[in-house]
Amino acid sequence: MIIVNTQEHPWHEGMTVQVLLDEKGYIFRHIIVRVNGEYVAEEDWARRMIRDGDDVVVLHLTAGG
Amino acid sequence: MGRILKSYNYEPGKIFRGYTGKSLYINVGDLRIEEKEVTQLMKDKFIGGKGFDLYYLWKAVKPETQWNDPENEIVMSCGPLGGITQYSGTGKTLVAAISPMTDIPVDSNAGGYFGPLLKFSGWDALELQGKAEQEIVVFIDGNKGLIQIETAEGLAEDSHILAEELTRKYAEDEKDMVNVSVVSAGSAARHILYGMLNFSFYDPRRKTVRFKQAARGGLGTILLDKKIKALVVRFKGINPNLNDVADIGLINKIGVKYHKEMRDLDEKQNGMRKIGTANTILVMNKYDLLPTRNFQTGGDPEAVKISPQVFIENFLTQGIHDGCWYGCTMSCAKTADHFKLLTGPYKGECVTVDGPEYECVAGLGSNLGVFDPQAILEENFYCDTYGIDLISFATCIAFIMECYQRGQISQEDMGGLDLRFGNHEAVLELMHQMSRGEGFGPMAGLGIRKLKKVFAEKFGADPQLLQDIGMESKGLEYSEYCHKESLAQQGGFALTNKGPQHDEAWLIFMDMVNNQIPSFEEKAEALHYYPMFRTWFGLMGLCKLPWNDIVPADNHLTDIPARVPEHVQNYVDIFNGVTGMQIDKAELIRQSERVYNFQRVFNLRMGSGLRQHDKPPYRSMGPVSREEYESRQDLYDKQLREKQGLDPEKMNLDEKIAVTRKYREQQFELLTDAVYKRRGWTKQGVPTLEHLAELGMDLPEVVEVVKQYL
Ligand code: SF4
Repeated sequence: MIIVNTQEHPWHEGMTVQVLLDEKGYIFRHIIVRVNGEYVAEEDWARRMIRDGDDVVVLHLTAGG
Repeated sequence: MGRILKSYNYEPGKIFRGYTGKSLYINVGDLRIEEKEVTQLMKDKFIGGKGFDLYYLWKAVKPETQWNDPENEIVMSCGPLGGITQYSGTGKTLVAAISPMTDIPVDSNAGGYFGPLLKFSGWDALELQGKAEQEIVVFIDGNKGLIQIETAEGLAEDSHILAEELTRKYAEDEKDMVNVSVVSAGSAARHILYGMLNFSFYDPRRKTVRFKQAARGGLGTILLDKKIKALVVRFKGINPNLNDVADIGLINKIGVKYHKEMRDLDEKQNGMRKIGTANTILVMNKYDLLPTRNFQTGGDPEAVKISPQVFIENFLTQGIHDGCWYGCTMSCAKTADHFKLLTGPYKGECVTVDGPEYECVAGLGSNLGVFDPQAILEENFYCDTYGIDLISFATCIAFIMECYQRGQISQEDMGGLDLRFGNHEAVLELMHQMSRGEGFGPMAGLGIRKLKKVFAEKFGADPQLLQDIGMESKGLEYSEYCHKESLAQQGGFALTNKGPQHDEAWLIFMDMVNNQIPSFEEKAEALHYYPMFRTWFGLMGLCKLPWNDIVPADNHLTDIPARVPEHVQNYVDIFNGVTGMQIDKAELIRQSERVYNFQRVFNLRMGSGLRQHDKPPYRSMGPVSREEYESRQDLYDKQLREKQGLDPEKMNLDEKIAVTRKYREQQFELLTDAVYKRRGWTKQGVPTLEHLAELGMDLPEVVEVVKQYL
């Protein structure tokens, strides 16, 4: 199990940041990802692995209007 | 050619540090024209823009003033930063009046050139009072120092023709057309309460007049009720320092950095330069936020048919710099050119459609069950040229459609129109009826609050159901986000001054997706900071979009990325660079708080502005119907288990709906308590005297009103 934006989310082998974003349906382009507090740049999403127990923050910046 | 009823010559006020120091008063009833001094008190407490509008409006009206009384004013002002050309989004005009929809002050903003040209013509604000005897045009020539009131005979009704006629008439030649801006409504604004104002600017590449709108709250209805067919301003000689700013070097530097950011990052971020705000349609659909069929659900598989890509590939002209004021490199004001109309009085003509913006695609599209881009653009065009507030129209017609779907009203009640979800032919016919003042048009133009009464009294509809599904608060229709799962956004719409418009706070991601503000106190802090910050744009004459629809590449390293700290600092620096004052980020918020609290007290003065007036309909908070609950049953059942400790397996559907409702309504009350406390208001929503004193907003006339409620 991992934490994503303070909520539990099931973890599985081979989960990268990009896989997680796809699972969550996070398609907004204007987001910031941090894994255990460490910033992950967009170009690294496909290869940055997520481990069981990680705390992930996917910050969607305010938009609209 | 109109007959001149009044001519007035003036010496244009010289602009110094963002202000001309003078405002213009025109009474169209007795043709009085007066110049007023902009006082230090006005600048200190009200700053400009919406602040000046509310200041003058307060003085003009009495507590019992109705929207169509002659003393009601339309006031416009563009603020001290309005018209600078070095930064993006600096050409907004703020407009205020007592609204026919809400009976309290409404403020709305528009791009286009009118506000800056008005200022460069010598006026920090314009007040229009009275009612003309016959239809008129008010013309201001800022170069000649001339104001003329003329009769309006022979002019077209609809804005796309009227503004073109007037631009040609008042420009000295073809090249001069860019120096003319027109404010007008349109034929439907005569017959409905949510008529809006078009603000024009001439596009020399397309050789056509384009529009931005001050759309909310019925301002166009008031303009025509005053028998003002149009306002026209002409000013030639735009240059980068007409505001005579205190530190032009600073402003240039900030502007250059910002424009580079825009050039390098827009493509990677929101793509504003390709499609504008409509870039978010599929995002909203994916996150269950795209209002569909009167906000019943937050998305639909058919939304792909109205995706940004569809509009970009098939309709929108690309590769042209599309700013609605000089210097805006965000340039999001896209158009569909050579668009062939299929219905209405202009059927067969090829026109330029300004838009579509997000609210248009969501409102006239998914919320009406219309997933046809051609139909949406046609609706967009007719809303604009007829002078119809697109958001109120969309939300109101979505309500009517659901009433029809649920058997609350019949086809006969709608004059034979088959207004079922998805029937865009009927939607367009309804617009044409509004334009002609025929059939069901004028009734549908009353807006949801009045229609609830009509449907219950005349057609026997269920008042409770109408109350639950009618998406209005304070009499104004909601803008286009399905926000049931964001408590903070429920507050962002209902705990507002003018009504549920997204220009106070848009907190859905922060609340519902990021879970950044879980406690009531954190939500309340966001419902303090963001509305105040957004109010500031209205004081300055600024467009909100360049603030956070693009962010610096290193924004993620900042302490609160959602606030885009570097851009907030840009605004502080630009304000100081223009005015020569020295404010900081905290004072920026205080400037807004003063005006925000003044507006709250203004609502009180007009008999509104209390807790009871801040209530949302239940559709804003949760699932009204069985189908709505069932559409997200897993989520709602989970919430019953986790938030209320209940076992959904042991409950039937109606019980689940009822306990969900009770819980959510309680949550909203707790949120209201927290927000009022944070804003320095009593439990009834009244600003306390201590808070007003601390803000320096304890003006005698303000205190006098507040005391009646303490
Ligand atoms: S960002 Fe768009 S709406 Fe705002 S000023 Fe620029 S072009 Fe106009």
